[in-house]
Amino acid sequence: MLYELWILAISSLVAATCGIVGTFLVLRRIAMVADAISHTVLLGIVGAFLVSQTLEGPLMLIGAAVVGLATTYFIQVLDNAGVPADAAIGVVFTSLFSVGVILVSLYARDVHLDVDHVLMGDISFAPFHTIEWNGIPMGPQAFWVILAVFIIDLALILLLYKEFKITSFDPALAAALGIPVTLIHYLLMTMVSITAVASFDAVGAILVVALLIVPPATAYLLTEKLSRMIIVSALTGVAAAVTGYYTAKYFNVSIAGCIASAAGALFLIAFLFSPSQGILLRGRQRKKAAAPASS
Amino acid sequence: MSEAVRVENITAAYRKEPVLRNVSFALPQGRLIGIVGPNGAGKSTLLKAVLELIPKSSGNVEILGSSVRSQKKNIGYVPQRGNVDWDFPTNALDVVMMGRYAQIGWLKRPSKKDKALAVEALERVGMKEYADRQISQLSGGQQQRVFLARALIQDAQVYFMDEPFAGVDATTERAIIDLLKELKEKGKTVIVVHHDLQTVTEYFDWVLLLNQRLIACGPVEQTFTSELLQKTYGGRLSFIQQENLKI
Amino acid sequence: MQEWLQFLSSPNLQWVMAGAALLGLASGVVGSFVLLRKESLVGDAMAHAALPGICLGFLVFGRETLALMGGAALTGLLAVYAIRAVHSQSKIKQDAAIGIVLSVFFGFGIVLLTMITNGSYSQSSGIDEFIFGQAASLVGADVQILIASALVLLILSFLFFKELKLLIFDPLFAGGIGLPIRFLNALLSSMVVLVVITGIQTVGVILMAALLITPAVTARYWTDRLGVMAVLSGLIGGLSGAVGALLSSTISGLPTGPVIVVTATAFFLISFLFAPQRGILFRMMETRKNTQFVLNNFLLDTMYEKLEKRYAAGQYSALFSRRELEEQTRLPRNGLEKTIQALQKQGLLTQTDGKYVLTGTGLAYAYDSSLLRRIQDIHLTHEAELGSWKEASANGDLRKPRDYLMNERIHSLLTAEQKLPVSLAIKQSSIEYADQA
Repeated sequence: MLYELWILAISSLVAATCGIVGTFLVLRRIAMVADAISHTVLLGIVGAFLVSQTLEGPLMLIGAAVVGLATTYFIQVLDNAGVPADAAIGVVFTSLFSVGVILVSLYARDVHLDVDHVLMGDISFAPFHTIEWNGIPMGPQAFWVILAVFIIDLALILLLYKEFKITSFDPALAAALGIPVTLIHYLLMTMVSITAVASFDAVGAILVVALLIVPPATAYLLTEKLSRMIIVSALTGVAAAVTGYYTAKYFNVSIAGCIASAAGALFLIAFLFSPSQGILLRGRQRKKAAAPASS
Repeated sequence: MSEAVRVENITAAYRKEPVLRNVSFALPQGRLIGIVGPNGAGKSTLLKAVLELIPKSSGNVEILGSSVRSQKKNIGYVPQRGNVDWDFPTNALDVVMMGRYAQIGWLKRPSKKDKALAVEALERVGMKEYADRQISQLSGGQQQRVFLARALIQDAQVYFMDEPFAGVDATTERAIIDLLKELKEKGKTVIVVHHDLQTVTEYFDWVLLLNQRLIACGPVEQTFTSELLQKTYGGRLSFIQQENLKI
Repeated sequence: MQEWLQFLSSPNLQWVMAGAALLGLASGVVGSFVLLRKESLVGDAMAHAALPGICLGFLVFGRETLALMGGAALTGLLAVYAIRAVHSQSKIKQDAAIGIVLSVFFGFGIVLLTMITNGSYSQSSGIDEFIFGQAASLVGADVQILIASALVLLILSFLFFKELKLLIFDPLFAGGIGLPIRFLNALLSSMVVLVVITGIQTVGVILMAALLITPAVTARYWTDRLGVMAVLSGLIGGLSGAVGALLSSTISGLPTGPVIVVTATAFFLISFLFAPQRGILFRMMETRKNTQFVLNNFLLDTMYEKLEKRYAAGQYSALFSRRELEEQTRLPRNGLEKTIQALQKQGLLTQTDGKYVLTGTGLAYAYDSSLLRRIQDIHLTHEAELGSWKEASANGDLRKPRDYLMNERIHSLLTAEQKLPVSLAIKQSSIEYADQA
C-alpha cells in the first residue's frame, strides 16, 4: 500500500513538474528541443558517472544541466549557421545520444547504469531505493530529488513569471524593454535538463518528452490564460500519471509507457471535444475569419 | 533641449551589400515623424538598428542625449504585429500590462495600479470592453490597438512604431492617428515607419525619407516635395506629379 | 595484416557491412528530399512510431519479418497523418504536434513491448532490440531484404526525381500544372517509412533519424543541386554505415548504431567547419572581410569627399590628422585603427609626419569607390529609368566603376546633380592602378 503511494507520489510530481516547465516549451515552439535534451541528458549522466563512479548526488543534476545547455547551444550554433532548425535538432541529439550510448557500452557496462533503464525508467523499483537521514528512514530517494526539482522549477517560474511570459509572447518587445531574452531562454533550458534527469528514474528520459509536451499541448487547447494553462497542464499530467499507473498495474505492463499513453488519450479527448478548440465542437469558421490577415 | 534621436553614420550591411549606408540625422522632440521610403529601403532595419536590436557595422545612436541602453525606460516600441503568436493564452489587458514589465522590475508582480493603468490605456484606444477578450478573438485592427495601448502604458518619451497601420481598417487607422497626435500634443516624440504616401502630409509634421541612405529629413512641407520623393523612389512614382498626392 | 584480411573476409562481417552501407545509401538519398521538405523530425517521429507497429505485428502474426515490417509501416504512416491532423486541425504548432505523436506512439510501443516480454509468447526475445538495433545479428536473409528495399528506394527516387523536386520546391505550382500532390506526398512518406522499417533492425528506432538527417545535411554543404546532393548524401550515408559497422565489430563492446551515427556526424562536422562557401570558417572569414570591405570603402569615400571640398575651396593639402579622420568618420577608435591598418597594408594609405595621406593607388581607388557609390545613388533616384542597381551591378564588373561612365545617360545625370567626382590625381595614378587590377 505504502509502496503504491510512493509510486503515485513520485510519478505525479514528475508529471506536475514536466507540465509546468513544458508549458513554456510549447508556447515558444521549441518542443522538439526538449525532445533533444531528454535524449542527450544520458550523456550528462554517463559523464557524471565517469567522474564520480556513482549514480547519486547533485553531480548527476549538474552533468545533466551542462549537457542540456550544450545541446541548446549547439542547436543554436547550427541554426545560426544556416542549418534548417529541425535538422539541427536531429543532428545534435542523435550524435550526443550516440556518444552517451558508446560511453556506457565501453566504460560503464558492468555497473548499474543500463541504457534501457535510463531511457525507459523503472519506477517500480524506485520505492526500494530509500535514503536515511540521521538514522530516520526518509523514503525513496527519487521522491526527494524530484521534489527538490519541482520546488526549484516552481519557484523560478513564480519569481520570473512575467519575464518568462513576455519573452515567450513577444521577444522583440522584451529585448527593447531591456529584458535579457537569451538569459531567460538558457535558464529555461537548464530547468528542462534538470527536470529530465530527475525524472528518468520514474518514467525514463524519453518518456519525459511525453510529459513535457503532451499535457501542456492539452492545456493549450483548453485554456485562454497563461496561469490557467500552467495549472491545467500540471493537473493533466498528474491525471495521466494516476490513470497510467493503474492501467499498467491492471494489465501488468510498463508504467512509463502507460503514463505516456494516458497523456495521449487525454490530449485526444481535448483535441476532439475542447469547447473552443475541439474539432468536433468548435465554430471554426468564426475563428478563421477573426484571425489577422498577416499570419 | 536635446534631440529626441540623434543618429550618426549608421551603416548596416548584409554580406557585401549595405542595407543602410552612412545614415545620419537628428529628430527633434515633440513631433510626429514618419519614416518613408520604398520597399527594401531599410526602414524597419533602421528602427531596429537605432534600438540596438540588430548589430550595425558602424555608427552611433543617442536618444534624448544619452545612450540607448540608459534610456530604455523612455523608449516605447511597437513591433510589427505579424511577429507574435496570437494564439498565446492571454487576454488583451494582459498584453497591455506587458508594457510595464520593465518598470515593475524583477521578481515583482503587476500591482493594482499597473492594472488600472492598463485599463486606462485600453480605454484610450477604445478597447476597454475587450479587456478580458482572448487575443486570438480580436480582429487585426483590434490587435493593433492593443499593441498601441501597450506602448501608451510604457509612458515613454520617444515612441518607435513599425508599420502600425499595416492591415488595419479605416476606423482603426483614424483612431490610431488621433491618438498619436494626442501623444504629440503632450510633448512626446512619435516615430512611425509608414508606407502610404497619400496620408503623409496629413499625418506627420516631420518626415524622414530613406532609401538605403538618407534622402532628406525635415519638416514635412520642406521635405515631402516631389523632387525629393522622386529621389527616394527613383522615379518609380510617376504619379507623384499627378494630382492625387497633396504636396 | 593476415589477420585483418581474414577478419574482413569473415562472411558475417561482410553481411553486416554490406547491410549497413546499403541502408546508409538508401536513407541518405531519401533523407535529402526529407531535409529540403523541412520534415526531418517527422522522420524521427515515424521511426519512434514504428515501435508499436512492430509489437502489434508480433502479437498478431508472431515473429515473422514481414509481419513486423508491415506493422511498423502501418503505425509509421499513421504517425505522419496524425501529425498533419493535429497541426492543421488545431492551433497546435508543428513542433509540438511532432513531439506529441512521437512520444505517445513510442510510449504505447513500450506498453506493448512489456506486454510481450512479460507474456508467455514464444520467441519474444530480441523484440526489444529494435529500440537500439542490433546490426551484429544481421544475417544473409536480413541483408537480402535490405538489398531489395534499398533497390526499390533508389529506383523510386530516380523515377520520380523531377516530380519530387517540384513537390519540395513549389507544391502550389506542382499542383497547378496537374501533378498529383496527394499521391506524391504519400509516395514520399512511404519511402521514408520504407527506410525506417529497413533501418530499425540495424540502428534502432531512436537513432534512425540520424541516418535520414545527418548525411543529407552534410551533403548540402557541398552542392546547390538536388541531384548531386542526393547522390552525395547516399554516398556519405553508405560510407558511414560501412565504417560504423567495421569499427563496431573490430572493437568489442562498441554498439553498431551509435558508431554509425558518430561516423556520420564526423563527416558532418568536417563539412560544417571546412566546406567552401557554406562552411562556418569560410563564412566567418567572409563576414569579417565584408565588414572590413564596407568600412574600407567608407573611409576612402569620406577622405575623398573631404579632398574634393578642400580642392573646391582652393586648398591643396592631401594630409589628414588622426583627429580629423575620427571626426569625419565617427568610427569607434579600434574600428578606425583596423581600417587604417587594412588600407595601409593594401598600399592605399600611408603616413607622413604622423599624418595620413592617400597613395596614388589609394586616390584612384577612392575615386572609383566614390564614383561607384554615386552611380549607385543615381540608380536609386532614377530607378524607373535606369533599372535597379542590383540588376545593373550583377551584369557589370563592379571593380571597374569608370566603365559605367561610358553610359552617357549616367554621365549626364551625375554631371547634372554635381555628383561626378572631381578627378583629383586620376591621370597619374590610373596606370599604376591598372597594373594592380
